[in-house]
Amino acid sequence: MKLDTAGLENHVFLGANGEFDRGLPTAPSFELPSVTDFDGFQKDAVQMVKPAKGTTTLAFIFKEGVMVAADSRASMGGYISSQSVRKIIEINPYMLGTMAGGAADCQFWLRNLGMKCRLHELANKRRISIAGASKLLANILYSYRGMGLSVGTMVAGWDETGPGLYYVDSEGGRLKGTRFSVGSGSPYAYGVLDNGYRYDMSVEEAAELARRSIYHATFRDGASGGVVSVYHVGPNGWKKLSGDDVSELHYKYYPVVLSTVEQEMAEVSGTA
Amino acid sequence: MSIFEYNGSALVAMVGKNCFAIASDRRFGVQLQTIATDFQRIFKIHDKVFLGLSGLATDAQTLYQRLVFRHKLFQLREERDMKPETFASLVSAILYEKRFGPYFCQPVIAGLGDDNKPFICTMDSIGAKELAKDFVVAGTASESLYGACESMYKPDMEPDELFETISQALQASVDRDCLSGWGGHVYVVTPTEVRESTLKGRMD
Repeated sequence: MKLDTAGLENHVFLGANGEFDRGLPTAPSFELPSVTDFDGFQKDAVQMVKPAKGTTTLAFIFKEGVMVAADSRASMGGYISSQSVRKIIEINPYMLGTMAGGAADCQFWLRNLGMKCRLHELANKRRISIAGASKLLANILYSYRGMGLSVGTMVAGWDETGPGLYYVDSEGGRLKGTRFSVGSGSPYAYGVLDNGYRYDMSVEEAAELARRSIYHATFRDGASGGVVSVYHVGPNGWKKLSGDDVSELHYKYYPVVLSTVEQEMAEVSGTA
Repeated sequence: MSIFEYNGSALVAMVGKNCFAIASDRRFGVQLQTIATDFQRIFKIHDKVFLGLSGLATDAQTLYQRLVFRHKLFQLREERDMKPETFASLVSAILYEKRFGPYFCQPVIAGLGDDNKPFICTMDSIGAKELAKDFVVAGTASESLYGACESMYKPDMEPDELFETISQALQASVDRDCLSGWGGHVYVVTPTEVRESTLKGRMD
């Protein structure tokens, strides 16, 4: 998964078309392929470059801030192409984005959002709000609506108004909320999350709930797995709390219990 | 998605020195959803012949029941167990009966024949036999299994080394497949004993 920034060079970094003179740059424009069946072409093209279809990500607001967690698997059909994807993207020290859908689309547009947020910071001498940042992203995604982008992301962070959490997708949707889960494993994660959620949790409790929710999703969902990463965003910015391999978590949550016969054999041989 | 990939499976058999091993994963899923993690795809026909059925779980169970039935009739009439070669022909014949509406299974047959010569073979869903001297693989993880077996397999392994090799090959392969894994079953069969083991594995 290499990030191709070729499309950016002329339009954004160099400001060759005078974007910087007009304040905030607009979304970079891309050349369209010269084909007759554009829809068919881009549908095929998108299928070729879309690895991270199966995913479980979640985020929720609680007393101490926002908790964000995700698995780390990338799959193409039944094949696991990576077990070590970073699906929680660090936009800036106070804001995180999660990745579900097309890996390249998410990585590119969240990086792009990071740039826009920094420019906002420089122009206005204050950090952008989570509401503003998520709206920036939602507007860009809406402008590409129907062109085959695949993004399901949560923008989570801390701003002047406190913790913020928005769900943004490539269909143009933008929802404010306190509890979201996105990806093929999300139904399983919601099951655990909704059941265990309380607003007044401590950071440790919330991290454990997030971890458990992702773990249970990876167990049931074939397209989720790898490592469970948990981040917390508080008034002083985000901090990565943990990254646990699912196979270790499984045998921690459900240690293998020896059968009665095995137990007796172990006792006799003096290993128990 | 192919009906062969509906439930997900990984199946492998290897030949050793006067012994063989057959191993499978334990997952029973419906597409990406894992339903159970204690599924059996390897069946004992008798002490020296084992059958693994990859592919659609419902067909695997039906096929197994029909094969057990036919093998029992054979035992009653002949008063002996079937040779692995004969059993493979039986499986092939039963599969071809359904030439135009096949069982969605790819079987793997492993056994010890006369003077304990190991025999392994696989076939497609309509009974085309494929005999092998070293190893055979089947299921959704078959491509990764080919790679793992190709690099790990050595001829004439003793039972202990064979167990280690087949377990490592299975585990390495299912870790690259969404639709199989969640633990494993391994059978190592020698002329004198059948060693059955359950493997712990990644549960994602």
